Amino acid sequence: MIPAAFEYARAGSVEEAIELLGRDEDAKVLAGGHSLIPALKLRIARPSVLVDIGRLEGLSYVREDGDVVAIGALTRHAALVRDPVLAARCPLIAHAAELVGDPQVRHLGTIGGSLAHADPASDLGAVALVLDGELVARGPNGERTIPMTEFFTGPFTNALGPQELLTEIRVPTVERGVYLKYQRSVRDWATVGVAAAVVDGRVQVGLASMGATPLRASAVEEALAGGASPADAAARAGDGTEPPADVNASSEYRAHLARVLVRRALEQL
Amino acid sequence: MTNVALTVNGVRHEADVEPRLLLVYYLRETLGLKGTNVGCDTSSCGACTILVDGQSVKSCTLLTAQADGSDVTTIEGLAADGELHPVQQAFHEQHALQCGYCTPGFVMATVSLLQENPSPSEEEIRHGLEGNLCRCTGYHNIVRAVEAAARAGA
Repeated sequence: MIPAAFEYARAGSVEEAIELLGRDEDAKVLAGGHSLIPALKLRIARPSVLVDIGRLEGLSYVREDGDVVAIGALTRHAALVRDPVLAARCPLIAHAAELVGDPQVRHLGTIGGSLAHADPASDLGAVALVLDGELVARGPNGERTIPMTEFFTGPFTNALGPQELLTEIRVPTVERGVYLKYQRSVRDWATVGVAAAVVDGRVQVGLASMGATPLRASAVEEALAGGASPADAAARAGDGTEPPADVNASSEYRAHLARVLVRRALEQL
Repeated sequence: MTNVALTVNGVRHEADVEPRLLLVYYLRETLGLKGTNVGCDTSSCGACTILVDGQSVKSCTLLTAQADGSDVTTIEGLAADGELHPVQQAFHEQHALQCGYCTPGFVMATVSLLQENPSPSEEEIRHGLEGNLCRCTGYHNIVRAVEAAARAGA
């Protein structure tokens, strides 16, 4: 499969990338390319210009910043898996990153690209939501911070402006976290993914592939906060969701998987 | 067109390429290195696995332009001075192939895996080769070959 023709521009800096994105309304950002290039090959995506940020210096890092762990948007999944700061401060991200795709995909795919792609089945999307993370974006008017809970706006759409670039993911120190997913094979998207973590003493639960975007399982969180047992809270995992139906699973089956996986995740937490 | 310069199997190449040219087609059709196979063409099967800067990647899901400045190794670049690479030797000795179509990709994925983890357990080998499919289902001998290559210090 051959992508439709496009122009290619490699950005030498974040500022240059922002400027290049401003030149054409159909421009698209290319990072690791492991969501975008398959879409180009299927001609689902037909951008006029690809702005390649894959080689930008200084956007691949994991570092402690006070109580927060700051992750550069271009950090590859493989680097997340073996990062010592994440192992100590937020092992949930490293664990979930190891379940993304396969080794070759993890060598190129980036955390920022994965989040910005805003796939409803995104493993790291569910994880970032459950951690109550924040995203740092830079655009022509400077830098702003977007709460993770406001980032996903629909399937494959996010809160970034057309000229904004996601530069950093910020998450709190969270020692206890679990990510479980059910999938037919490792290269399939999560049929259902469940992230659970204890953030500031509160149990938070996130879902992948249970609606138009990665979601927080609000009904489960409220039940737990009200003193429900893990099993009783998990029974509410499908409440308020609209799980899709496709070749892998019916909506009802996804809701069943969510209840089972949330119960297991809460028991493991 | 975009200008790229990359090193493939130790030889530097420079070319003007269409931005949409996938690396696997540059390798196969421009450079004539047809050891790298195209299987599924959807980044699922791993038949097109090569090393870019030492790490396994699927060359059907990488633009040639993205590889500008990189050091690329294909299956043709593994043997040195007529001697098979230890991973190739192990695949040969353990008969880790049936039809052979997936083999170049499995060999390259194994080279990358053993660089990251020189003595993997059987479970780690199976997890580490999850990005490659063998439709003859010859996985047992492939795992044996990876174990043998690890013992040989590949």
